[in-house]
Amino acid sequence: MAPENHGADSRAPVLEARGITKRYGALTALRGVDLALYPGQVVGLVGDNGAGKSTLLNIMAGSLAATSGEMFVGGEHAHIRSPADARNYGIETVYQDLALGPDLSIWANLFIGRELLKPGPLRFIHWLDRKKMEAETARELHQTRIKVDSLRVPVNKLSGGQRQAVAVARAMAWGSRVLLLDEPTAALGVEQQDNVAKLVRSAASRDIAVVLVSHNLPQVHALCDRICVLFHGSLVAELRPLEVETIEIVSWITGARMRRGES
Amino acid sequence: MTQELRAATTEPPSPELTGQTSALPSGRSFRQFLDKAGSYWTLGILLLIIVIMGLVAPTLFTKAAWLSTANYAVEFLILAVGQTFVIILGEIDISDGAILGFSALAGSVVMSGLLDHHAGGPLSTLVGILVMLGIGTLIGLVNGILRVWLKISSFIVTIAMMLAIGFGAVNLITSGASIDNLPNGVLDAGSDSLFGGWFPISVLVAIVVAIVFGLVLARTRFGLRVYMIGSNPLAARRAGINVDRYVVACFGLSGLLAGVAGYLVTANLTIATPIAGQNDEFYAITAVVIGGASLFGGRGGMIGTFIGTAVLAVLTTGLVLASVQTYWQYVVIGAVLIAAVGIDQVRARVSG
Repeated sequence: MAPENHGADSRAPVLEARGITKRYGALTALRGVDLALYPGQVVGLVGDNGAGKSTLLNIMAGSLAATSGEMFVGGEHAHIRSPADARNYGIETVYQDLALGPDLSIWANLFIGRELLKPGPLRFIHWLDRKKMEAETARELHQTRIKVDSLRVPVNKLSGGQRQAVAVARAMAWGSRVLLLDEPTAALGVEQQDNVAKLVRSAASRDIAVVLVSHNLPQVHALCDRICVLFHGSLVAELRPLEVETIEIVSWITGARMRRGES
Repeated sequence: MTQELRAATTEPPSPELTGQTSALPSGRSFRQFLDKAGSYWTLGILLLIIVIMGLVAPTLFTKAAWLSTANYAVEFLILAVGQTFVIILGEIDISDGAILGFSALAGSVVMSGLLDHHAGGPLSTLVGILVMLGIGTLIGLVNGILRVWLKISSFIVTIAMMLAIGFGAVNLITSGASIDNLPNGVLDAGSDSLFGGWFPISVLVAIVVAIVFGLVLARTRFGLRVYMIGSNPLAARRAGINVDRYVVACFGLSGLLAGVAGYLVTANLTIATPIAGQNDEFYAITAVVIGGASLFGGRGGMIGTFIGTAVLAVLTTGLVLASVQTYWQYVVIGAVLIAAVGIDQVRARVSG
């Protein structure tokens, strides 16, 4: 029943989910899914609506609790019960809703929850080190090739694409091991989609494991090293993009193709 | 195989992507003007009101009028400072006027009781002030805990608290009587002043409170996170912020400051009455909103709150000096509130 294995990867997985099951009452969203992420590899997570893509991603991100199953980070058993836990393991997430504070400036959004401080007038009071955070934000945006007029404008003054770029930049800035992207290009134009694609590849080139949940199959096909197909909460196929056509991915997604023994 | 793919899609950052935008699209500068004006237009309204009121009633520019205005503003400014945190958080505190009245009366009961038992002025004063601040903080914390624990909207929680404390309990503790047997130390804060009599102690306390908590809001991690929670609570949670703790803390702060205001009001009036602070919350909320805060959270600031309070105080003094009937004053303040929020809405729509 295990997904087809396409040859052992030389390196050990950085994040491994084993037997992840998620039930909402009578509804089973995920049935014993195994997924291993390797450094520098981009994994596309595809499937029809309700197949369990976002559920699996949110469990790895710590914002949903699995009903059963285990997670391993760097081979060690990992307790990921909250987004903060996940981040402590070096797992960063770009949520579908971007999780930005629209009234806050770009630098504040990049550093919220991990603010840099400097000593204040009294020993127990610390000021925000705004200059340092702005400088690092500028550097991060430069690295991720995102252009904005000013780091001080509130995020709600940015375009949809720029907002998405800020959310991606934040995850890139902090995600040291794993980057989880939930529909990162859904709101973007063609050029901006291309930009995100470049960001994803540059993260991978820094040995970060990337998971890309997307409906955009041509993009997944072009961008990913491995494509995992979820169907009715089960992982039904792991495919190598260079070995399959997009049409074959579609047939797995729609259930036209099934694993032997199930159809 | 994957290496090839990577090489094809990974390029060094191209300079033209990172550079500044070359030509500004038309209309950009007008928008920027509106954005900038947004921070200052309330100040413009304040100056306008001062000019108009000064023309109608030239006595506005006398020391007596200044002292009257400043003393009037004290309780509203202190309440509005706490309210600013609560509103930026996306909550509201309808009970801060009630907390003011209740904590002031309860502290005064303790003080006069201590005096009756010959505890001495300084000790009675100190204990009394601590009781006021303590009770204020406690009620505020209860507001916050009810809010996050029972997940009742803060509007409901604090209305219930206002009724229970401001109309109920405050009349129960003294059976509706006022307390005027207070130690001299308490009253000093109302009568003493500095800088040639221009700055009563209570006014200075209010200004210091506004500056200190203005810095907390604008320059500390606590303040930034208050904005984040008000702006997007779910995102704040995902950023690892304990949202509930911040909500409880801000309601606690609002209660503490209501206690501070209760003390200063008692000192100014030289008497603690059960009706002290009644309806103050509406002025505090009005001041914060005139100052540019959004009741949806995430927006606002202490400078705006300060200006908003000044608008209310100058307007009230000016209308009194111009011999406008009290009831018309309420009408005018209501109109100014609508105008302030209305202009802000239009501004947001145009610059949005």
